[in-house]
Parts: sequence; structure tokens; C-alpha cells
Amino acid sequence: MTTNLPKTLRRTALLLTAAGIALALRSAPALAQQELKIGIIAPVTGIFAQVGADMTNGFKMYLDQTKSAFAGTKVVPIIEDSQGKPDLAVTKARKLILEDHVQMIVGGVLATEGYALAPVSTELKTVYISSVTAADDLTQRQIGKYPYFIRESWSSSQPMHPFGQWACDQGYKKIVTIAADYAFGYESVGGFQKTFEGCGGKIVQKIWPPIGTKDFGPYIPTIKSDADAVFSLMVGPMALQFPKQLRDSGYTKPILGGSVSYDEAALPFMGDEVIGDVSAEQYSAALQTPANEAFVKAYRSKYGKVPSYFSESNYTTAMMIDDVMKETGGKWPGAEAFIAKMAALHVDSVRGPLSFDENRNVVQNIYIKKVEKTKMFGYDKPELWDVVVKTYPAVSQFWTYGKDAFLKQPVYSRDFPPCKFCE
Amino acid sequence: MIGMTRDHSKILAVVAVLAAVALVVPHTNSFVILLTTRALAFSILVMSVDLLLGYTGLASMGQAAYLGVGAYLTAILATRYHIGLGADFWLVVALAMLGGAALAAFFGLLAMRASGVYFLMITLALGQCVWGLAYRWNSLTGGDNGINLSQRPRFFGIDFSHEVKFFYLVFALFAISLLVMDMLVRSPFGRSLVGIREREMRMKILGYNTWLHKYLAFVIAGAFGGLSGVLWVHTAGIVSTDDVVLTTSVDALLMVVLGGAGTLVGGVLGAGIVFFVREYLSTLVHWWQYVLGGIYILVILYLPGGLMSIPQRFRQWRMVRATNAAGDMPAAPTLSSPAPGTG
Repeated sequence: MTTNLPKTLRRTALLLTAAGIALALRSAPALAQQELKIGIIAPVTGIFAQVGADMTNGFKMYLDQTKSAFAGTKVVPIIEDSQGKPDLAVTKARKLILEDHVQMIVGGVLATEGYALAPVSTELKTVYISSVTAADDLTQRQIGKYPYFIRESWSSSQPMHPFGQWACDQGYKKIVTIAADYAFGYESVGGFQKTFEGCGGKIVQKIWPPIGTKDFGPYIPTIKSDADAVFSLMVGPMALQFPKQLRDSGYTKPILGGSVSYDEAALPFMGDEVIGDVSAEQYSAALQTPANEAFVKAYRSKYGKVPSYFSESNYTTAMMIDDVMKETGGKWPGAEAFIAKMAALHVDSVRGPLSFDENRNVVQNIYIKKVEKTKMFGYDKPELWDVVVKTYPAVSQFWTYGKDAFLKQPVYSRDFPPCKFCE
Repeated sequence: MIGMTRDHSKILAVVAVLAAVALVVPHTNSFVILLTTRALAFSILVMSVDLLLGYTGLASMGQAAYLGVGAYLTAILATRYHIGLGADFWLVVALAMLGGAALAAFFGLLAMRASGVYFLMITLALGQCVWGLAYRWNSLTGGDNGINLSQRPRFFGIDFSHEVKFFYLVFALFAISLLVMDMLVRSPFGRSLVGIREREMRMKILGYNTWLHKYLAFVIAGAFGGLSGVLWVHTAGIVSTDDVVLTTSVDALLMVVLGGAGTLVGGVLGAGIVFFVREYLSTLVHWWQYVLGGIYILVILYLPGGLMSIPQRFRQWRMVRATNAAGDMPAAPTLSSPAPGTG
């Protein structure tokens, strides 16, 4: 049938194809150019895709407003999809740094991604800015390992310290916590418990539904009825389901929500049952400042939804990078100098004044927010907004304890602080 | 074909492709090298799944557990005791394979009582137990934050943090695994596994201890899963509950089906395609998921034997055409082709 000639030909063709592929996949040479390449690692696909869209939209909006030029230097963002997986985040980060020659990495959502990306930044001596990842220890006990890491966003327990104090000031004596069963949940509950009990309150019960819980039916009846309020920390679809089911069960006492429980990423999808629920975070889209009003309006008209903290945080990250570049006259100062300059910034951002503590975690206002159905910023329909009821200015991740005293305790976990008043 | 059996030409083809990979990949960029390394490390797990699914007829849904044993063992030994970052890397390899085999030996006692879909359910449940342990045993595994490795091993004066060198290390271990598993499936033991897959009752009547055969296959697969874990954790330098989650097991199973069960190299091809689409194509386009979904659907609809059955289909099609062209010739040759999956 087949003679030898076509076979040889086929083999040659195969070899040529292989060689062609090898050539096509070769590294592009690094250009010595005046441009700033920023690698953005966000979940573009997968269950966190909406968060990923908020992140990249926030960043891109700042670039659009500045025409992608920071102090005259052209900014080239390269967005890579981490799919919410830490090992893939690392792979993509290496690609961004080694192949695309980005000067910095921005992003990562889950705590795991932060813990996975920070060592890469150390190994490859590349700036890594966390614009979301909140794992406490990255800027607490472990910061020494990550000289190129800086956090513009927040640490998990940072808004929860003032929130515990606030709850105590409202006169709540006994509170039940119900929080997603993973590190972010532990750190949020831990922060709340620390200040609430420090001021004389009692956490009388801790409930840990697994992440992704869709039916809270088994948990709700176990909530102790003598508690004054419930503290909840829910992520993703849990945030929508929990208040709905709790109110449906006839529960009328206050619900205090951890940071993301009532963030604008979830709020537009909630029903009127959440009106009156209180939460704490470093951003609210309902913040009554000219800067925020302009931001919300511009963002909403561009992307059709109210910005979440994910959007604001990445917008502000872009702004801070711009600020550093302005200081250097548009020249890339090198990774170490960039980190030092960024850590020294004092800026007025959309969410308020920002600076950094010596562990390179952001110091910022924490807002106590109450869900209300109201008209805001001249929009004609009444909608759910996180109306700010109290502002704690310039809150550090160490709250009022001081760095050294705070770092003596272990990182917040399922068992720390221990539940002294649980029976 | 010109004095060569089909078996020989197949082996030659596999060797040629592997040689091409070993020669071409180091000249591509570091990202492609890393991706290929990841695919090869994961392929060892995929081949171990094929050993069970393709040769023994056991669909294991919990194979990520063994990868987890290897990965967590490597990470814990490296971060706590600084073991496995020098020449004692080989000690860790041995321990991980033993660990994987030991866990499989234990799980096998439970899972081997069932077959078919019940086997699938039990392995799934056992795999989830390992996930639950990794998630909960915070002090050992770091919970959902996982464990970071600060560096790759370095021995005999070679620093494997260099992508190309690490690629060759993984490639070598992958090639050895392929060789060993290939020898295994060609051995009388492997032949009896195929016999069990085809008709267990007959094998029993012939006097084979089928339980022991299946059990041994399960343990061997567990050992290779452990090896896969050691290499896998060094590719990204992190192990977390993400690695032992159900989807990792399902991925491995799908890769086998994609490439063709009962071929060993089919799973490797499947892994290569999935990694390329998921990790390389996703840097270029955001609709890579449709591509992957499309490939899965097309293969399942039109190539139930997986991608590795393409040459055979092609031969069949040519023979049919040839016989049709010859008109009155009897159409016998097509019958001689083996059933899909018997490779």
C-alpha cells in the first residue's frame, strides 16, 4: 500500500512541524523599553469568576482613566487566569515573570494563592502586591520571608477588631458565631472574639458550617436562644442563603456580618430580609465622599454594577503604583526601591486615607455598615446599600494592641482564641 | 509491515515521541518547560489510574489520595526536617512510594470488597477521607492554606530549581515509570489482570486468586501515585487541599478516558492535552473551557476508545475502502483488529 517515499516525507514534515512549534514557543527576547508590565493574577474562570471580573475591571478602569500611562510610562497589564487554584497561580506567576518579564504581580484571591505566590516573589525577586488576599500571617509572623510583598488590601481580622469593639459598645453581651469552616473564617471570628471578649462580651457558641453549605437547616435550630445577636461570616452563595434561611426560621435578633458577608459583590443579589443587618469592612460603595461618589458612578456606568471591595481595591492598587511611578519620574526603580517607596506612601484613596505599617500591611479606615434600602448618589430607584454608620479611622492590623504584643499570640485559628464561654 | 510486528512499531513510535519531547521541550520557553514538567509528573498518576481502569477494569475515583500522600510527605519532611532537598530526595521518593502503597494496601482491603459502581463509590469516599484529613489536621497539613516548599532538591551538584534540569529529572522518572508499568502489563500478572477485566468468573474458575491480583494492582497503583505526588509538589512548590480534592481524581480519570484506557500512553496524551488547554491556552484566550469541553464531547461521542484508537480506526477505514475498491474480494481483514482498549 504505502511506499517508503511518502513515509519519509511524512517524517520530515513531522520533524519540521516539531521544530516550528519549538521555535514558536521560544521565549520572546526581553525588550529594554520604557514600559511598565504588570501581571494580574485573577480567577477569570471557575467559581470565583465574578470576583475575578470585579478585580480586573477595577484595575482596568484606573488604566482607562489615565490612558494607561503612569508618569509618561506606558503600562501594559497582562491578565492571567489562576482559576482559583494555588498551583496554577504559581505556574502563571512564573510565566508572567520569566516569559513576559513583568515588573510586578498583582492579585490572587484565596489565602492559599497568597501563601503560594509570596514565595515566588521572593525567589524571583519580583514585587508582589496583594490587592485581595487577606491571610493574616502574610503580613504578620511571616512577613520576614517575603521582602518583595506588600498588601494594599487588608488582613482578615483587621476589620473584625473594631467590629467586636462596636458590638460590645452596642450593649451586646452574648453572641453566637457561625462562620465558614476555613482559615478566613477562623481569622475573622478570631478578630471579632478577641476585641468583643476583651471588652467584656462573651462568645457563647461557635458553629462552623463547611464552605459551600447550601442548607443551613441543620445549624439554625442549634443557635443558642439566649444570645443577643449572631455573628456570621459567609462567602459566596452562602452569604445569600444564610440570612434568608435564618430570617425564614423566625429569628428576629440582630445579625452582625463579617466583612464579605454583605459586600457589594453579594448585596445586589440579596432580598429585603437583610435590611438592618450590620457588617464591617474597609470599603462601602455607599461611602459619602466625593471621591467615592465619582468612582461608583463611573464604575457603574462602565460595567453595569455597583463596585465591590474587589473592584475598589484593585483600582486603588493601580493608583498607588501610579503614585510611586510619579515619584520616580516614570522610571522603574527596581523591586526593592519600589517596595520601599510604596510602603512610604500616604494617599487619599476612594476608600479613605491609606498608609502602611512596618509589616507592609495597609492602615485604613474601617467602616461599620448597615444595610438600608435607600436612594443613593441620585440613582432614582431605592436599592440596598451598605450605609456607613460609624468610621474607625486609621485601623492597623494590630488594632490597639501594638505589634509586639499582638504577634506574641498565635495566628487566629479554629481553636484560638479558645471558646471560654461555650458549654 | 516490513518485518516489524505492530507491537514493535508502536513501541518505536512511543520512544520516538518521547525522544522528541526530551529534545524539543528544553529549547522552548521556561513556561512550556514547566507545563510539560507538570503534565509529566501528573501523568504518572494518570498511568496508575489506567493500570486500574484500563487493565484491571476498576474505576478508582480516589486516586488523588495517593498523590496527596506523596506530596504531603515530601512537603512535611522538607519543611520540618530538611529531608529530601539533597541526595536524600531518593529516600523521600522511596518513602512516598511506600506510603502510597501502604495507604492503598489499607484502602484496598475496604474497596476490593466491591466492584463496578460500588468500587467507584468506595474509592471516592476513601479519597474524601484523605481530603478531610488534609483539611482538618491543621497542625500537620496547614489546613486549607497548605504547605509551601522554599526550594527544589539539589544533589550531585545539580540544582533542580533550574527548569530544564528539573524537567529532565521528572522526565527520567516518568520514563522509568512508563517502562515499569509497561513491563508489568505485559507480564503474566498483567495478562491475568486483563483476564479479570474481561471476565472475572472465568479467571476464578481457572484457579486464579482474582482478589489478590486486583489488590496487588491497587497497591502498585498507589505506589506510583505516591511517586507522582513527590514530583508534583516540586513543580509549583505548594501542596494544599486542592491537590487531594475530588476533581484531581476525576481529572486523572478523564485524562485516561480521553487518551484511551488500557494503553498507558493514552493517559499521558490525555494529560498533555488537558494541561496544554488548561494552562497554556488559558494564557491566550478566556474561552479555553469550551475547547476542553468540546474535545471531551467529541472524543466520547466519536472515539469511545480514546485518541489512541485513531490509528486503528484509520487502518480500519482504509481496509474497508480497499476491500470496497476490490469489489468482490471477501472483507475479512477488518476482523483481525483487536477490540478497543486491549492495546
